[in-house]
Amino acid sequence: MPQKREMHVVYSLGDRIFRRIVTAGALTSLIVLALIGLFLFARGAEIFRDMGFKFITGVKWTAGSEDGTAAAEFSIGPMLVGTIIVSFIALIVALPLSIAGALFIEFYSSQRLKRLLISLLDLAAAIPSIFFGLWGIQVFSSMAERWSYLLNSYMGWFPLFSNEMQVFGRSPFVAGLVLAAMIAPIITSISREVYSRTPRELVDSCYALGGTRWGAIRAVVLPFGRSGVLGGAMLGLGRALGETVAVYLILNLVFAYNFNILEAQGGNIASLIATRFGEATAYELKGLLAAGFVLFLLTLTVNMIATSVVQRTSKDRS
Amino acid sequence: MSRIETELKTSKENGTTMNEMTTSGASTAVTERPLGLETRGVHAWFGSHHVLSDINLQFPERSVTGLIGPSGCGKSTFLRMLNRMHEFIPSAAMAGEVLMNGNDIYAPEIDAAAMRLKIGMVFQKPNPFPAMTIRENVLSGIKLANLKVSNHDDIVEKCLSRAGLWKEVKDRLDASGGSLSGGQQQRLCIARSLAVEPTILLMDEPCSALDPGSTLRIEETIHELAEKITVVIVTHNMQQASRVSNYCAFFLSDGGPGVLVEADATRKMFTNPTDTRTADYVQGKFG
Repeated sequence: MPQKREMHVVYSLGDRIFRRIVTAGALTSLIVLALIGLFLFARGAEIFRDMGFKFITGVKWTAGSEDGTAAAEFSIGPMLVGTIIVSFIALIVALPLSIAGALFIEFYSSQRLKRLLISLLDLAAAIPSIFFGLWGIQVFSSMAERWSYLLNSYMGWFPLFSNEMQVFGRSPFVAGLVLAAMIAPIITSISREVYSRTPRELVDSCYALGGTRWGAIRAVVLPFGRSGVLGGAMLGLGRALGETVAVYLILNLVFAYNFNILEAQGGNIASLIATRFGEATAYELKGLLAAGFVLFLLTLTVNMIATSVVQRTSKDRS
Repeated sequence: MSRIETELKTSKENGTTMNEMTTSGASTAVTERPLGLETRGVHAWFGSHHVLSDINLQFPERSVTGLIGPSGCGKSTFLRMLNRMHEFIPSAAMAGEVLMNGNDIYAPEIDAAAMRLKIGMVFQKPNPFPAMTIRENVLSGIKLANLKVSNHDDIVEKCLSRAGLWKEVKDRLDASGGSLSGGQQQRLCIARSLAVEPTILLMDEPCSALDPGSTLRIEETIHELAEKITVVIVTHNMQQASRVSNYCAFFLSDGGPGVLVEADATRKMFTNPTDTRTADYVQGKFG
């Protein structure tokens, strides 16, 4: 056997410089991410040490008394659960709407309407969340209260929809719907983009086989777009998980586990941080940063799961 | 005349006599054989771009008609008009009539999807549905059109056999369609088209992406298909046109919209065409 030769590639100066620049770009985002995580962890470490695992599961958030007779105790159980509940309500509502909207734009609307809708969508995706919060509390919540009431009247036997107080505003349900409106444009936009890349000849084949438009969508477009739509949904979910100001404006922040989504109490980690940050003692601030670290890990995990799911399903396809 | 009769015998169509096809202007190909498909005064546009002008052509039943001509002459557009695939392109427009058994397929009361069950199509690039197995691919048309059939296994075997693929895949029907070679994929696409039992099959350069061996195999398949159904095939390959088709139609565009120069029995088109441009093209002088 001949000896394998080593293959040397000589890059030109321009190539080497450009390579440095793009490498630096890629590393910067990684470094920033790592630094944020590190900062949150370092600042919250004392709380993690004092509270242990109870920080995640406990239900008490109290700064204690100034004379030290009552100990400060920080844990984020209800807020963590609240974060997940509100985000999933948003996702469950937004996803079907977004898929339907994307299919309409791509396959049913006229060319002119399509162009209009695409630019409107991109515009809607860029609306700052404070406007969604204001719209939610000023305009939308009276409508959502009515829906909540109906949901409770007919489905109230189901624990999720029960509501003993019969007060329907400022609930996780309302907040979830507002977040749904907020993330739907992004998910729609991404889904449409993915659907528009369905190979033309596959769609044509469906038509040539006597398929209808809906048949072609079901047989080819939806399977083709699945992983991309999932990616879009996860991006939306990530945004909903970290949403602060809209939730802060709408939800009635109450520090207790609440699984009755129509009741006027709830919260999420981001809004907890926003609420408490201004008046926090030094020790409480550490608690807030620890909470931030948990949220950081949560969004990171969601994104990692999303990436792996997207990669797996797109591998299945090829 | 005797020439054409001999040709018909070789394609197992004996018993039918046929007149020498007459050519008058752009209107051509009149035979005594029943017509599978006929176009009258067909024009096509993309936006304001006029791509086909006044095509009058007839496709005798159970024969293979080749559409030939240089790139950009509108033959693929013409093919796509024969089962209304043309209309999926935004800004596409047409004029004239396409008659199947004497009925205009562009008539307002026609259900285009149902019509395409009768006029199937095979595309240039092999394109089995990637998310489906071989078996599901064959049955996809039946599922798409909601046809009620019970003997799925028989259909799969019959269609794959007719497409000349059964022996190669019978032991792995549950493998993905994408696991096949290019030539096999194209035969799978033919099998898929046959499952809904079309009476006419349109093929848009079905072999242009394939190796010579697969091409030969598909040409055999086309010969066998023509015993039962009408085939219209667009091809760039003159040898292929002469090998597989009974009739040929030559399209040409000299800057303006594409026109039909000549249509006749393939043997005549290749040996003694009426128009000198046809002669030049089939001899490879341009195109």
